[in-house]
Parts: sequence; structure tokens; C-alpha cells
Amino acid sequence: MLKKTALNEEHRKIGGKMVDFGGWDLPVQYSGLMAEHTAVRNDCGIFDVSHMGEIMIEGNGSLDFVNFLTTNDASKLAIEQAQYSALCNSEGGIVDDLVVYRLGNEKFFLVVNASNTDKDFEHIKKTLQNYSGIKPSVKNLSTEFSQIAIQGRKAESILQNLTDTKLEEIKTYWCKEGKVLGSNAVIARTGYTGEDGFEIYIPWNDAPKIWNALLEVGKPVGLLPCGLGARDTLRLEMKYALYGHELNDSTNPLEVGLGWVTKLNKSGDFIGKDKIAALKESGTKKSLVGVKSLGRGIPRQGYEVYSSDQSKLIGNITSGTSSPSLKYPIGVAFIDKNFENVGTHLWVKVREDFHEFEVVKTPFYKKEQ
Amino acid sequence: MNYPNNFKYTKEHEWAELISSNQIRVGITDHAQSSLGDIVYLDLPKVGKELKAHDTFGVVESIKAVSDLYSPVSGKVALANTDLITDPGKINLNAHGEWLLVIESSDAKSQYDGLMNSDDYTNYVNSI
Repeated sequence: MLKKTALNEEHRKIGGKMVDFGGWDLPVQYSGLMAEHTAVRNDCGIFDVSHMGEIMIEGNGSLDFVNFLTTNDASKLAIEQAQYSALCNSEGGIVDDLVVYRLGNEKFFLVVNASNTDKDFEHIKKTLQNYSGIKPSVKNLSTEFSQIAIQGRKAESILQNLTDTKLEEIKTYWCKEGKVLGSNAVIARTGYTGEDGFEIYIPWNDAPKIWNALLEVGKPVGLLPCGLGARDTLRLEMKYALYGHELNDSTNPLEVGLGWVTKLNKSGDFIGKDKIAALKESGTKKSLVGVKSLGRGIPRQGYEVYSSDQSKLIGNITSGTSSPSLKYPIGVAFIDKNFENVGTHLWVKVREDFHEFEVVKTPFYKKEQ
Repeated sequence: MNYPNNFKYTKEHEWAELISSNQIRVGITDHAQSSLGDIVYLDLPKVGKELKAHDTFGVVESIKAVSDLYSPVSGKVALANTDLITDPGKINLNAHGEWLLVIESSDAKSQYDGLMNSDDYTNYVNSI
């Protein structure tokens, strides 16, 4: 039995093509992936991401506990500020990547991947059990919150119609608690597309009225409802990591470009720190790079990547597609670090044939200024 | 969706049209293009290649997915619509008009007769 978000009927009403996405019945697209992707890049798109998990850590000791749990430095967060971070296991492998919102002095709202929510919650509870400091309260609120992402340059003006909170005062990676159409909401200027935009966390059952109001206000200015297909191509053009592709329980954050959210020098210990520090000391061996096709071949997850002279298997593609914005095939490759330099030519085995690729700077897609 | 009566169909979602006593034109169905979404890649076999029915003869990829193409009949590739390779998105606009191959076989007619007709295919699509 597939899990359904509060918007399931709305998706069906407007022609969403529903698929099983990690146990959730969600739309992969409505009007078409290309059109939806383009709407976000040029105007605006809305996404039902209610399947994402929300975990609240609250009360005395929250800050220290969150800092022990996550790789980034939560003590740097002001109230209403957000931070991209990672949960690691004791081996330094990534349990999940997440966004940490500081809603109060000792109140942290963790947004995690849908497919990892149960695993993360178990990991957090187990960590709390063995934790020697002051123990805060930890609650899995995933079934209480719907999440809608409003992404694209028109997101602010569209969402502003539904709220009195002054959206222009919310900076990127900050949030405010307010009301959207009368419903309590955490309104965050965050996203997973590379565009300006918001993610709003609202009571589960209030999602349909807000979703429909966004469609009504936004449609005349080019807003489209967007499925998970466009969500994936948009994040891929930015080389944003996706758990299960670029990240897994055995990847070390330093090898997958998450060194910038791994603060080995923050005060106090955190889970996995020893192993991550040891890898930093001995030097990483692998690297996550962006590659572009020099021909037509489209890289896909799992395809083998070979050295410049084709003699050596050096890694795999973790994600790939034909970029809707750039109109050529792009991919992310987890490879031997010796081949990570921009301009290096590599070969990707597409079915039976070797196709030539080049390591390129990322993000793949850059907005015209 | 409307599946023309003058075509026959396969469970792999190819259509076939008998264009002469020994030639069959092949494409993918509207259902196939719709399931795939925006098509961005197409690979076709070379003219002269011998195919067996149900053999893969090429690949079609959308932004999201990779899908093999299966020959509805046995025979030799007489023509391949290589123009489509540079603009495979045309298949999304007119799947029943954009053919991929012409396959030649002396028993084209009897092979063609053995495929699903429009009603059977429509029922099949509705059942999956």
C-alpha cells in the first residue's frame, strides 16, 4: 500500500502521472518534464514534497545535541536561520543529508529525506540513548507537516498573495514562522532547484487549500505544478547531491563534496568525526565531479567510468540525464581523485560502447546575470 | 488515445504498418511516447541488419528513462529514419506518424497478420 500525501487527490485531478516513489504515490510529472523544468527556470513551479521527513529537537540541551548529531556547526545558526548539513554514522558514512532550521534558542527543525526518515529517527533516538549530555526532546513530526516548495524568480510575488509575512525580509537560507492562508507555517527561503524560492511547512491537512490557491494566483504568471522528474533534473543541473545517488551510508562527506558542511574544528565532538578527520589526514582518494558528454550518450546511474586512455575503471556515474536547460547530456561521477581536474577527458560505458566525456565546472547551469 | 486500424501492435508498444507485400514500417505507439515523456535520444540499427522478432533493434531515452526498442517482426532493415536521431522529440508530437524503420521480409504479410489489432492493443493498454 503506497503512502499518500494530503495532495494526492489534487495531483490526480490535474493529470499528475503518479508513480511509486520510495513507497509514496507521487507525480513524476503533470504537463511534461521539460515544460515544468523550464517553468521553474523562467517563472515559477510548485512541488508537493510532503513526503520529506520533519524531526523536531527541542528543549534544554538541543543545541549541543544537534551539534553532536550533525557535521555542520549548528552553534553558528541564529534563530530563524537554516543550514545544510549531514548526519553521519560512527564510521563517517552519511546516514542522510538534511536542512537544520533553528526556530528558537533550543528548538531545531530537521528536514530529512523521505526514504530515510525512519532510519534517521532511529539513528537519532539511539544516539540520544547513549548521549551523555542534557537530553532534549526528539519528535518525528513527519505526518503532521505537509511541505510545498515554491521555486523560481516569481515565487516571492506569488506566495506573498497568501501571507502577511514580509517575504522580502527573509534572506536566502533563513525562515520565519507565520501564517499562509490562515494556517500556521514555517516559511523558509530554501530549495533544491538553484532558483530563488520558498519551502513552506504547513499542517498536513491544510495543504490542498494552499496548493490550489498557489495554482490560482500563479498560473496567470506562468506557474506550473511540477513533478519529481523536474525536481531531479533541476537539482542535477546544480549538482546538488541526492541521497541514494551521490550519498549513501558508506560515503564520507569529504569525498562527495560536503567538506564545506563538515566542521572538524567546531567545539565538541560529533558522530563520525574521528573517521572523517582520519580521512582528511591521510587524504581523500575519490572525488565527485560533474561530467558533460562530448557526444550524444546520456550517462545514467551505475554506468562505469573509465580513464582517459580507457585502460582503467575509475568509478561510476551517480546521476545523469539530458539537461533540459543546457540541451546536452550531463552527469555526476564518483571517481578516482586523480581524474578530478576540470578539462580531463573520461569515458563512460553507455550500454556496450565507450562515450567520451569531459570533467566540467559545476554547477552545470548558471543563471544569466 | 486513438490507435489506427491500419496498424498492428505489439505488447512492447511498437506499431507496424504493412506498406507493400514485403515491407513493414515500424514506430513506437502513442502510449509508449507518453509513458516515456520528453524523448531526447534515439539509436537505430544500420540498414542491412538482420533482425528477429522481439530482438532489440535500438534504444530510445527520455530525460528520465531508458527503453529498448523491439522488432515486431523478423527481417532485414531496409530503411532507418536517421533524421529522427537529431530531433527525437518529434516522436512525442506524432508517434504514429514518425516511423523508425522499414523492415523487409518475404513473409511480411503473414508476420503482420500475427500481430495485435487496434482493438486488442487498446484493451491491452487499458489493462496495464
